[in-house]
Amino acid sequence: MAVGIRTRNLRKVYSSPPPLAVRGAALSGGFGKKPKGAKPPNVVALDGLSLEVAGGEIFGLLGPNGAGKSTTVGILTTRVRPSSGEAYIGEFDVWRQQVQAKRLIGVVQQRPNLDFSLTAREILLFHGAYFGMASHERQKRASELLERFQLTPRADDLTRGFSGGMMQRLSLARAMMHDPQVLFLDEPSTGLDPQTRLLLWAIIREYNARGKTILITTHNMEEADALCHRLAIVDHGKVIALGTPAELKASIPGGYLLQLRFSSAPPALIERLSRIPGVTEVRPNGEGIDVYADRGGSLISEIVAAAAESSVELRDVHISEPSLENLFLHHTGRSLRQ
Amino acid sequence: MNGKTFFALFSRDVHVARRNLVATLLQTMLQPLMFVFVFGQVLTRTGMMSASYKGILLPGIIAISMTMTGVQAVAMPLIAEFQFTREIEDRLLAPIRIEWLAVEKILSGTLHALVSGAVVTLPARWLLGSGLGISTDHLGLVLLIAVLVALFSSAGGLTLGCSVGQTQIGLMFSIILAPMMMFGCVYYPWAALASFPVLQKAVLINPLVYASEGLRGTLAPQYPHISTGAIIAVLALMDAALVLAGLWRFGKKSVS
Repeated sequence: MAVGIRTRNLRKVYSSPPPLAVRGAALSGGFGKKPKGAKPPNVVALDGLSLEVAGGEIFGLLGPNGAGKSTTVGILTTRVRPSSGEAYIGEFDVWRQQVQAKRLIGVVQQRPNLDFSLTAREILLFHGAYFGMASHERQKRASELLERFQLTPRADDLTRGFSGGMMQRLSLARAMMHDPQVLFLDEPSTGLDPQTRLLLWAIIREYNARGKTILITTHNMEEADALCHRLAIVDHGKVIALGTPAELKASIPGGYLLQLRFSSAPPALIERLSRIPGVTEVRPNGEGIDVYADRGGSLISEIVAAAAESSVELRDVHISEPSLENLFLHHTGRSLRQ
Repeated sequence: MNGKTFFALFSRDVHVARRNLVATLLQTMLQPLMFVFVFGQVLTRTGMMSASYKGILLPGIIAISMTMTGVQAVAMPLIAEFQFTREIEDRLLAPIRIEWLAVEKILSGTLHALVSGAVVTLPARWLLGSGLGISTDHLGLVLLIAVLVALFSSAGGLTLGCSVGQTQIGLMFSIILAPMMMFGCVYYPWAALASFPVLQKAVLINPLVYASEGLRGTLAPQYPHISTGAIIAVLALMDAALVLAGLWRFGKKSVS
């Protein structure tokens, strides 16, 4: 039976630097040299994160660096102790029933963490042995995975000299070795070439088709859109939006986003822009104005006219179609890539 | 405890040790054997040391080889595996409580140390030649002390390996291991420090003192040594303290 994932009100406050694997750009800023006698800085990585992932689902956590995605995965995989809240894999409390939870999961970390003292094949064989697989079963499964991940020619080499893409493929093969019910993939396609990424996506879909639950973290909208059945958008350790990619995109007012820059942005201009038919929301944004609307390019002539009436000059226009990126921007006021 | 998983984790360490056998042997044996040659042969033959010094030296050499092997066999890989590559992660995710992984590290380090003690003894005896005055009357006690020594070295290695970063390895050698070696009663009996009363008391915090004196008291009891009963009691206490410290540090280091 497919195994789901559940968290309730998860909080994590780091009082010492988190390990590199869960340290996002936004987190690292708080650490460094501190004055003598100062208390260690407390960094809130998760601030009451609640999730429910159904068994057999491909679920995505989408958010910028430091949003709390890797910490969530860290807690769900027993590697990070939550400050408060609950996390379950199936019926098992991840913190109190670690061994049972670990039996159900396979994990691919953001950075390849292969055992450099072993060859690629040995990594799979020992991993199988840790999970109590019988010898012949280990051999068979390792050979199949090496073949599927196109690693057979290098199967008996030590992995230290592997390229990033090969390490990533081997990490995924290792995570699948004991055929876990739930697979965690933390930024699986970071740094991969497009071909390897497509191979990875195909393998993830295949695995999911066998009723397995997959939780992916990503800041790549294309990946989230292409793979995930449902998504949670995470920022500052909280879920800020949840739904299927289509639902989420439909939830942006108007769908299209026009980022405009004018010589100046007087209130009269904003007023005029919001009266243009099809415009659903107008938001001053620093030097520019963001316009959410149900169409894109065909609005330009009316925007230019509105600018002329307000005696300002339109200097720059950027039009984006309905996307998760726009959704993120709408909810947080900043880009996913920031 | 999950026996299959524990055995698989242990097999992994044995497999890696076998792969690195030559390097490990060189790393373990070369330095003590050179000491044996210089102190036991060069200095005794030229008359700068009396021949009886050989019997004082051999137990110390066995003690230091075991201690350094045990510490390094556990600490060095751990320091690397806990760095940003997090090589240990796969084993932390194995379906077993992580404390057992620490116990497995201690077990494999203990075996390393025992093997090193056995392996260094034969060539050292051969290099020292005749007139050693080594007794084999108390082999049972020798073995007991050897096991206690191997255990403190690997548990100490676990504690150090989980407390020291990669950039501090040099520092670890110069401020922890080097003083341990010099003031570990390896090359002289503890009684020889009688003319330095403060130092003689201060070195008692060094576990290597008990290792050297314990093996000396059982292999060459004709030379002055600390009482074997006291040695066994202190080594057992140090073992317990270091195992607890190692498990605690390992737990701290592996979960954030």
